[in-house]
Amino acid sequence: MRTARKLILAGAAVVLAMGLAACGERDQVTVYKQGKYQGKPDTKPWENDPGTSLYTTSKWNQGDKSSWESAVKTRNLAQNEYNRAE
Amino acid sequence: MARMKFLCDAERCIECNGCVTACKNENEVPWGVNRRRVVTINDGVIGAEKSISVACMHCSDAPCMAVCPVDCFYRTDEGVVLHDKDLCIGCGYCFYACPFGAPQFPQAGAFGLRGKMDKCTFCAGGPEKDLSKEEFSKYGSNRLAQGKLPACAEMCSTKALLAGDSDVISDIYRTRVLKRGKGSEVWGWGTAYGKPDQQKAAPAGAKS
Repeated sequence: MRTARKLILAGAAVVLAMGLAACGERDQVTVYKQGKYQGKPDTKPWENDPGTSLYTTSKWNQGDKSSWESAVKTRNLAQNEYNRAE
Repeated sequence: MARMKFLCDAERCIECNGCVTACKNENEVPWGVNRRRVVTINDGVIGAEKSISVACMHCSDAPCMAVCPVDCFYRTDEGVVLHDKDLCIGCGYCFYACPFGAPQFPQAGAFGLRGKMDKCTFCAGGPEKDLSKEEFSKYGSNRLAQGKLPACAEMCSTKALLAGDSDVISDIYRTRVLKRGKGSEVWGWGTAYGKPDQQKAAPAGAKS
């Protein structure tokens, strides 16, 4: 008789513990995280051989970022027609 | 190098749509997609009509990148905002987020099927092998890999549209504004054909 009561009490304690476990409060404010690019990697423009492209006057050393930048800057400055007029 | 940017001079743009045509031709953009457009306000009002050429502005803090649910956008070392079409799901969030209406969606079929997003790439191609057939068919021409600048700006007849390193084009624009003046000085006969005091005297015996 006593064993049966103990078993019932233990069972009730387990049910109570499991039932209350679902009542926990969780943080409901969403924290957004900055996404990371998931796509394929891209190659750098200065890694190309300048000789492969047709109809261009730009020349740079393959793989050299600064020489590519100076080539593009030269091209960029050609947009200033005041330089050509004076 | 700072960041690659576009700058459109509203005083110079004559709404010729040459930039739009150059972009279409250079990148073989499909029918219905306009990577670049010319917007005009006060159309027909003399002196008040202004036009500006608009495309992706390659924002430093791009809202399209922030809202993309599949994170298909990336920014190159030169500051150009590009995306991977293999990842894009064509949801259109970037279109709602963009203040310039840059993202375009090709439509095909009778039921308004929306394809993968397409936008101005600053003529920098995309995440495929540079100057390859795949890159051209998905993203268009890669002029930066050839040491060139975007076709729209390089062919602009009035040089209203400038493209390139933001420091350099800002200097070009600043010099221009200082030389041409402001207000009514910037347009009209004198600006177009030169002021009388600036014209060279014709040599004796020369035809008029």
